Amino acid sequence: MTDFLLELRCEEIPARMQKSARADLEKLFRSELSAAGIAPGDITVWSTPRRLALIARDLPEQTEAVSEEAKGPPEGAPDQAIDGFCRKNGVTRDQLELRDVKGRATYFAVRNIPGRAVKEVLADTIPAVIRAFPWPKSMRWGAASLSTESLRWVRPLSGILALFGEELVECEVHGVTSGLVTLGHRFHHSGDITIGHVDNYQEKLRACHVIVDHTEREALIREKAEEAARSAGLTLVQDEGLVVENAGLTEWPVPLLGRFDDAFLEVPPEVIQLSARTNQKYFICNDKTGKLANAFICTANIEAEDGGVAIVAGNEKVLAARLSDARFFWDVDRRKTLEEHAKGLQRITFHEKLGTVADKVERVARLARWLVEQGIVKGADADQAEQAARLSKADLVTEMVGEFPELQGLMGGYYARAEDLPDAVADAIRDHYKPVGQGDGVPAAPVTVAVALADKLDTLQGFFSIDEKPSGSKDPFALRRAALGVIRILTENGLRMSVAEGDLLDFFADRLKVQQKEAGIRHDLIDAVFALGRENDLVRLLARVKALQSFVETEDGTNLLAGYKRAANILKKEDWQGLESDIARTGEEDPLSEVDDPDLTAVIAAKMADRRKRLPELSYEPEPAEKALIDALSEAEPRASAAIEQEDFEGAMAALASLRAPIDAFFESVIVNAPETEKRSARLALLDNFRAAVHNVADFSRIEG
Amino acid sequence: MTVFSPSAMGFRTMTKAPKSFQDMILALHDYWSAQGCLILQPYDMRVGAGTFHTATTLRALGPEPWNAAFVQPCRRPTDGRYGENPNRLQHYYQYQVILKPSPPDLQDLYLKSLEVIGIDPLKHDIRFVEDDWESPTLGAWGLGWEVWCDGMEVTQFTYFQQMGGYDCRPVAGELTYGLERLAMYIQNVDNVYDLDFNGRGVTYGDVFLENEKQMSKWNFEVADTDALFDLFNKAEAECRNALDADVPIAAYEQAIEASHIFNLLQARGVISVQERASYMGRVRDLARGSCEAYMAKEKDRWAAKYPEWQA
Repeated sequence: MTDFLLELRCEEIPARMQKSARADLEKLFRSELSAAGIAPGDITVWSTPRRLALIARDLPEQTEAVSEEAKGPPEGAPDQAIDGFCRKNGVTRDQLELRDVKGRATYFAVRNIPGRAVKEVLADTIPAVIRAFPWPKSMRWGAASLSTESLRWVRPLSGILALFGEELVECEVHGVTSGLVTLGHRFHHSGDITIGHVDNYQEKLRACHVIVDHTEREALIREKAEEAARSAGLTLVQDEGLVVENAGLTEWPVPLLGRFDDAFLEVPPEVIQLSARTNQKYFICNDKTGKLANAFICTANIEAEDGGVAIVAGNEKVLAARLSDARFFWDVDRRKTLEEHAKGLQRITFHEKLGTVADKVERVARLARWLVEQGIVKGADADQAEQAARLSKADLVTEMVGEFPELQGLMGGYYARAEDLPDAVADAIRDHYKPVGQGDGVPAAPVTVAVALADKLDTLQGFFSIDEKPSGSKDPFALRRAALGVIRILTENGLRMSVAEGDLLDFFADRLKVQQKEAGIRHDLIDAVFALGRENDLVRLLARVKALQSFVETEDGTNLLAGYKRAANILKKEDWQGLESDIARTGEEDPLSEVDDPDLTAVIAAKMADRRKRLPELSYEPEPAEKALIDALSEAEPRASAAIEQEDFEGAMAALASLRAPIDAFFESVIVNAPETEKRSARLALLDNFRAAVHNVADFSRIEG
Repeated sequence: MTVFSPSAMGFRTMTKAPKSFQDMILALHDYWSAQGCLILQPYDMRVGAGTFHTATTLRALGPEPWNAAFVQPCRRPTDGRYGENPNRLQHYYQYQVILKPSPPDLQDLYLKSLEVIGIDPLKHDIRFVEDDWESPTLGAWGLGWEVWCDGMEVTQFTYFQQMGGYDCRPVAGELTYGLERLAMYIQNVDNVYDLDFNGRGVTYGDVFLENEKQMSKWNFEVADTDALFDLFNKAEAECRNALDADVPIAAYEQAIEASHIFNLLQARGVISVQERASYMGRVRDLARGSCEAYMAKEKDRWAAKYPEWQA
């Protein structure tokens, strides 16, 4: 068994691409070897900005010999067919074997593929892996790029180290020839480093100021950054994303602590953090009281001769320039009130068919006020809701948000407080974009809720009204996120309102299914409730769905569902159209399920109810189980209806549960398809009534299982 | 005119004193000249970036090798700050190097140029941080990095992949040094106007402060906007006129002119957000049209000389 080392060197690989590059390298390598009949064992992949490395342990020296055979045309087939078969299988005609297949002499090509030296396989594998590498963005370079067919790589590929045991795996890709040498740190080491054995690779590189294992660099940055903060009496603000990014930017990371002028601390801490983090990739620190300190930690890539004094000084200067820009924006922006800033929104187009941002703000302000005045959002001051909405987008035209778009909302909140607007208004401006992501908190403060809800509803209604709906993976206006935001705001705050109609309501129903899936709520149950009356109060919808879910998971529920399905099947099989077929059939079990027009739904429902009440007087003596079901229905149906009216969905489910035993007994002992026409009709009508009673609670035909 | 190379200037290279602004430029000229680059002069038109120089855009097209270095003054009217901001200027200098095809040791060549102007990579932290470049106006894009020196971006380093909508065959490497930033770094000054310009007492402020004040005022407050709109339309018409006459270089100059007039109109705040995209589209059409015409004019000659090459 032999170990294999592959190192692909190139100019600096973007930090953000290194993680997937490692995974892709391993995946491609494994699949190439598997195709050659080698099952690779333990594989390690490492990355630095200038190299990808792979170590495969315990590879065999030889692949196993295999025999492959292929069945060809029968004897006497046209020459063309036989020659084609030979070409395809790489054999000559005289190598073909004739065998009997079901009484017919048929050609077979048998190829005995001898075992190959794994070193040779690797020599083919390396170029194949390089050519197939799926970089998210790749480029051409150098003289060879005269042809657009030249190799593409993330940045120019400069070297290949390929070592199998102690031997070179010879290969060449795009003029880069494999060798036994690597390079050390760009500045700390010059000249080639010869690697004689896989096991020396990591340590030889370390001696030349390269820590090739990315996890080791990450750990080192974590540890040294924390140490630097601690020795200055500060706490590092943990930031795993920055750890990984800095490890992807360095081969020899050296975290260093720098300072900035205390005076910059008057700028909001988020601004400082963003300047430091996004632009400079610096960590920030808190002081003992948990407040942002005037310190940062940068990660250098060298062990500087002066211990990093010049590096720290340089980085301090860069950050100071950025922070003075930020402070300038902070000062300039506060010279105008948010109301004055908001005038600038007239110049910004929200969408060509939906007007300017100022137009949108006006709509949102009216909607926010309405939500409060209608009592949908309780506990808010309508004037404050309107004011907050009117100022909510003003920060978009401030200098600070122009520079740091991520701070939208947040800066508006700061500026609102700076001009002494009420806290409720400032908070609403700050938080009205929430919830942004899945883990983001949902607003609970009433004024914020009103603005956040109004903003999202306006966006959704607007884009749906101009037919800009998300499709497939395309959602350029982030409407799915907006709908999810609405759902979370409504459900987590228990707000009762008709959220939408038409396509938009369907869109909400879809989003609700996706969102509730995580909470363990079944999508078919949402359908079952939604199908009834196109419920547009999401809070009520969910309460009903949850009650339904608890019920169908009980034994009563499961059995009732089975009874329902049986009844429905019989009705379908018998083509039951009711005692009076005065309602057009749609071909579905339930005509209501196909009726989308909300006005018509009510009309048809009334007619159906009316029709069902008119159960005929029985002209025969019902059997005991039949009588029991009739009685149970006449008791359960009004009870379920009343409970639903009261939004007591558990009560409605309990009423349904009382039907379980009678329907089971009915199917046990009563023959629906009786020879006498009147018995058959009466029993089918009874089943129809049973089905209707169940439908009162949910459309059980949509429930799976 | 005599050009002194740093090595000819004896005592200055012997001392540890940081290079003056002009010495830094001379050192870069000397260095890149030694690497086989033509040392060109700035393009004599107002442009927003060194990339607009025909030595970059047009010469990046086609198969012929091309190595050149030059200083290009850049105009960014909206960046003017009346001489009051220590870091922002409406007029500043870029040092451009273009090498086609990109040589295999381009990064090393670049790093040596930093040492030539006085940056020691064992004392300062030099980093290549992903930064891809794109100019929709020129129909151009490339992959590369911004080069950091102790956290400050000092150079844009790009491998051009497309120019004027055409694949670069072969690919050119482009280096764009921000000269004022580098000089501020080397000289350790916090205000651009305090830069030592010549090593003999003249500062950057002595040369340019008044220009910044007056030009900021003109850019933001004075320029006659009716005249600018008129100039834009005339440049656009002239570009088409030149294209009709099959003189693409002249057409390209008019595209550059239109681009700068558009920037001035932006600084005067008379182009609405809605109109902005439409103006940018017009400039893009001119620039791309010029590149296409240049390509069309040269392609037979190129193809004859380089059989492997095709447009």
